Amino acid sequence: MSDHEYTPKSNFGKWFNDRLPLLTLANHLTDYPTPKNLNYWWTFGGILTFCLVTQIVTGLVLAMHYIAHADMAFDSVEHIMRDVNYGWLIRYIHANGASMFFLAVYIHIFRSLFYGSYKAPREIIWIIGIIIYLLMMAAAFMGYVLPWGQMSFWGATVITNLFSAIPLVGEGIVTWLWGGYSVDNPTLTRFFTLHYLIPFLILGLVVLHIWALHVPGNNNPIGIDVKKPSKDTVPFHPYIVIKDAFALLMFMIVFAFFVFYTPNILGHADNYIEANPLVTPAHIVPEWYLLPFYAILRSVPDKLMGVIAMLSAIFILAALPWLDTSKIRSAVFRPLYRQFYWILVADVLILGYVGAMPAEGLYLLIARVATAYYFLHFLVILPILGFKERTLPIPLSITEPVLGGSSNLAAARDDIRLDKLK
Amino acid sequence: MKKFLKLFFYIFFLISFSPQVYAAEKVEYLTTDWSFKGLFGKFDRAALQRGYHVYTEVCSSCHSMKYLSYRNLSQKGGPEFTEAEAKAIAASFEVTDGPNSDGDMFTRPGKLSDKFVMPYDNMKAAQAANGGAYPPDMSVLVKARGGGVDYIYSLLQGYEDPPAGVTLDDGVYYNKYMYGNKIKMANQLSDGLIEYSDGTKATVEQMSKDVTTFLMWAAEPHLESRHKMGFKAIVYLIILTVLVYFSMKRIWSRIETKV
Amino acid sequence: MSKKKTERRDFLFTATAAVGAVGVGATVWPMIDQMNPDASVKALASTEVDVSSMNPGKTITVLWRGKPVFIRRRTPEEIDEARAVKLGDLKHPEKDEDRAKNPEWLVMLGVCTHLGCVPLDQKGDYNGWFCPCHGSHYDISGRIRKGPAPTNMEIPKYEFVNANTIKIG
Repeated sequence: MSDHEYTPKSNFGKWFNDRLPLLTLANHLTDYPTPKNLNYWWTFGGILTFCLVTQIVTGLVLAMHYIAHADMAFDSVEHIMRDVNYGWLIRYIHANGASMFFLAVYIHIFRSLFYGSYKAPREIIWIIGIIIYLLMMAAAFMGYVLPWGQMSFWGATVITNLFSAIPLVGEGIVTWLWGGYSVDNPTLTRFFTLHYLIPFLILGLVVLHIWALHVPGNNNPIGIDVKKPSKDTVPFHPYIVIKDAFALLMFMIVFAFFVFYTPNILGHADNYIEANPLVTPAHIVPEWYLLPFYAILRSVPDKLMGVIAMLSAIFILAALPWLDTSKIRSAVFRPLYRQFYWILVADVLILGYVGAMPAEGLYLLIARVATAYYFLHFLVILPILGFKERTLPIPLSITEPVLGGSSNLAAARDDIRLDKLK
Repeated sequence: MKKFLKLFFYIFFLISFSPQVYAAEKVEYLTTDWSFKGLFGKFDRAALQRGYHVYTEVCSSCHSMKYLSYRNLSQKGGPEFTEAEAKAIAASFEVTDGPNSDGDMFTRPGKLSDKFVMPYDNMKAAQAANGGAYPPDMSVLVKARGGGVDYIYSLLQGYEDPPAGVTLDDGVYYNKYMYGNKIKMANQLSDGLIEYSDGTKATVEQMSKDVTTFLMWAAEPHLESRHKMGFKAIVYLIILTVLVYFSMKRIWSRIETKV
Repeated sequence: MSKKKTERRDFLFTATAAVGAVGVGATVWPMIDQMNPDASVKALASTEVDVSSMNPGKTITVLWRGKPVFIRRRTPEEIDEARAVKLGDLKHPEKDEDRAKNPEWLVMLGVCTHLGCVPLDQKGDYNGWFCPCHGSHYDISGRIRKGPAPTNMEIPKYEFVNANTIKIG
């Protein structure tokens, strides 16, 4: 936490702060020493906080009008869209907000992968982040069920059926999840309850995520430890606050464009057809943000193994701090890792693409290769790379990044913004 | 700043990538100059009124629109019939109401607050009357079809004789835009089928366009206010972004680091 | 730094904060307005009641905007009683002539003006209504005579569409 003790100026402030140190907390948050070389990829933490708050606020409003009943859910959503004052606006913000949330979280995760933010001493931050990500997927999936359209119904059926892959108890678990012999009203009401609960769990975990972050402080594009406070850091307020605000506004412009001009483009047309247990839509496709995992699931021909592969793809991330054996954090000084990093990005994009395509022929082949590579990256390439890679010399501090000579600067030029030497 | 633009280019790339993923079917739909597309898109009132005419005269005998009420016909951003006209339209329908104090259902002329009268009492009745096929509710039909307005517009004009080798069962028709080409709805539109009160010539193309416009409004009744509000919101956000950008520059100028 | 520069800086920050505040306000409004009655609720503002089968001395209760409306066809004695009351005796002085335009028919919101309970018919010290929640007594014109309620029971907007039908709202 802060390196200096804080004492409120006023007597009342002192009295209050002795009993509940809110002012100390506020002071810590405003003065929090932040590396001054953070680039815009670091603004997505703030953007994600905005996304979470937006989802919670709009979600609360929608819950005031939504009816979690199989016979009325679809109608109540149309009621929101047509009759509730600004209902269409609030629902479109919530629906597109989920996509924007995932967009931001993927950028946040890939930033962490590039700059090695998951490495010691930040493993706990990273693991909490992975739990948040898992909960986000659960919340998003259950939220997608609530409008009770065709995709809601069949998405719920397919995803809950994943549990039937578990030997012996699988069928029992699925029946228990459904509260019946198919996805029906009991399923809908429990999904609504959990969809309402999970964001608050996420909120709590976000507090822990930030708390854990404030112990070692931020990583930075160079990936070296920063003395704080020092001339390498700036106080969080106003420097980082205003920068985050600027980035957030740019993000909101994109967000607003979706909400006001193409509000349904990220959804699926079939979800405007009311759920019908007798007819399955021609293509069952999850929301775009789940497609890479969906591709992994389908690329394995065995039911149980497919589910295991999909879950492993997520859980493997939690082991990342120990799978990556390199002592150097930032990819800026790891020329080989940098190339593998971009291959991984491409690999995930390819998985996302084939996840939306029919699971047959060439698409299936591509999905299998991409799945294999995904695991190869984490289980083989990363551990070996840490021993074999010849890294570039790293600077001693942010303000003096050129210690290792000009070759160092050239390598860093494209990826970090360096201060001019005085 | 250059760096930042690059970042947003990436985001746009990612985003523009995802919708294309869904464009699975590869039929070229017919299209026309939809007035409601684009940043300032608005509905053509006359087309909406004509479209409502087509719906009541032709579609409504099989297709319900259960989420619409007669009051919607006079609401802002819609066909904007006058309130008196909307009342007269509502009153021309027999609505079942009740039970009255004797416990019986009764019929009365429609009121503005009534929902559009349904052609069938329930889904089963609709299926029974249509050879097993349920004529879908049209309230959100445009949003429930991948091709949107172009798909509906094309489908209405897509009836043809089946190509050689394709045999059709009784009550099944050939439509080149229908998924799988087989449709249980017969061709409903023919030139001069109805007479528009504003003198517009009721060609198949014209009726298709009008009724599709009407369906688009039915699915997105707040489209006009959405477009208007969106423009204001984005202009506002850009202004605030510029202000925040310069504030940021000022604040960071206190230290040597560039931002 | 020069003084001029400081002023310009202050103006920039003030303008940014002000524009930002406008946006926050504009965003908050839809979140508040969504709790107001929606378009379908507003559209259901009137109810028509068939009163052809009501004899004098009978009260019916109908639902209007989610609240009970009492419709009483009063007997001649009741009308005389209601009209004989001196305004000076009333907590909330209102003439019966103003409350029941057609003296035979009293149409009023059956909601106690104290805290919103529904009063009981033909109970209480004044031969009218009595609210069981906190003991307000209303007379046969629905005026408060005794108890904690501050005002008479409210008369909604209504009209006779024809001799047998009352339209409320």
